[in-house]
Amino acid sequence: MQKLTNKSIQINRDPLTFSERVYLPGLAKGLAITLGHVFKKKATVSYPEVKRPFSPVFRGLHILNRDEEGRERCTACGLCALACPAEAITMEAAERKPGEEHLYREEKYAARYEINMLRCIFCGYCEEACPKDAVYLSESVMPANYTRESFIYKKEDLLIPGNKK
Amino acid sequence: MLFLNFNAAFIIEKAILITVVILGALVVAMYATWAERKVSAVMQDRIGPNRAGPFGLFQPLADGMKLFFKEEITPDRSTRFIFLLGPCLAMLTACMTSAVVPWGPDYITSSGYALRFQVADINIGILFVFGVVSLGVYGVMLGGWASNNKFSLLSSIRAASQAISYELAMGLSLIAMLMMTGSLSLREIVSQQHGFWDIHYFSWNFFKQPLAFIIFFTCALAELNRTPFDLPECDSELNMGYHQEYSSMKLGFYLFAEYINMFVSSAIMVTLFFGGYNFPFMDAVQEAVPGLAFSAICIMVLLAKVVLMILFIMAIRWTLPRFRYDQLMKLGWKSLIPLALVNMLITGAVILWIGN
Repeated sequence: MQKLTNKSIQINRDPLTFSERVYLPGLAKGLAITLGHVFKKKATVSYPEVKRPFSPVFRGLHILNRDEEGRERCTACGLCALACPAEAITMEAAERKPGEEHLYREEKYAARYEINMLRCIFCGYCEEACPKDAVYLSESVMPANYTRESFIYKKEDLLIPGNKK
Repeated sequence: MLFLNFNAAFIIEKAILITVVILGALVVAMYATWAERKVSAVMQDRIGPNRAGPFGLFQPLADGMKLFFKEEITPDRSTRFIFLLGPCLAMLTACMTSAVVPWGPDYITSSGYALRFQVADINIGILFVFGVVSLGVYGVMLGGWASNNKFSLLSSIRAASQAISYELAMGLSLIAMLMMTGSLSLREIVSQQHGFWDIHYFSWNFFKQPLAFIIFFTCALAELNRTPFDLPECDSELNMGYHQEYSSMKLGFYLFAEYINMFVSSAIMVTLFFGGYNFPFMDAVQEAVPGLAFSAICIMVLLAKVVLMILFIMAIRWTLPRFRYDQLMKLGWKSLIPLALVNMLITGAVILWIGN
């Protein structure tokens, strides 16, 4: 048969030689390998104390951003929900009332903004779709939890803490 | 009529010694579980247990506590008494073997009383060891049989046949050594290996009987059910083997008995082949330090050797794959027993030649 790759190796099926049958040289060779590994660098990281850096393009938990004056950027345009392939984002818009200018950046804002983290696939399309730079994927990993309800993140969970007035 | 010479001091001394030896064996076995995990970790480029206490040193305590608080399950149709007897027997036989190991040289007090660091100096020491070791297989067999589980039964059958085949080679390998030492008493064998260098040659038996040591060591691994001969608890074929149905501290007893066995058999191997508590330049040390300190040094030396031996057994476990069952039997019957016989023959010839 024609060889498909040059990676295949012909297995040696000769009967075992005397030194192979005695087994002790093989044992010594094996011990040399395993004992050699004693002095090698450990691959494990002591996790909570030491953390491996994420790659710069890592997509973690969502955050809702505020502008420089601490106002919510999101205008509830719904583009993120539209872009979401997993249909994880739900929102309800509301109109800004007079006197709320310090809370919301534009006339329309998201009264309700929820991301179902069990549906979310962390693709980052919402981040790309957002015209107002409001939604970002942070570098933190989504924490585990006990109930399904707790995985539906409300606006309060997503919004980065701003200056309370 | 049998006359027993009871002596209060003697009984107290032995009782204390037994307690210390058993406790010591338990502590060493406890930390052997920790060491095993550390050894496997460093060999696989991992860190190993490091959460409970410094370097994970409290890990065995945590494990033991966990086992104690686990639910205890007895299978519905098991033979309850025998099911209970299994782990007890395993533990008992594991501890019993330590009785004949001489832990240190005698210490003679100022009043002329000889303090012996050996629970029982019986003149058939090695035979006693063999007897108790063969009893040890009952723990596994009864446990596996009483579990009323096919895997457990298969595993206990395996354990029994493995133990029988390897005991034979083990005994034969020692005969060659006994021809040389001329005594079955472990105390006598140790004192023959005094120091490190006898006038012409090394005094340790390992250098006189390397083949016997290799055979004995292999058989000891098989008797201990350690990898590469851990067929009774071979996960890929028998799930957990004979302790499949055991839970809580009964399982703990089985696992623990294995480590105690490892400690005691390491001690016996060291005693037989590596000079026991003897070490190079021990005469000079004996003159330099007071008697009790010398005994302490000797005990420390023995323990250090035992620890090295345990580490070596562990290194082998994490290096070699498990033997197949037919390979195991072939090795036992077709290689080790003939080798042991040949070794006997050679030893006999050499003894005759030297004698003439």
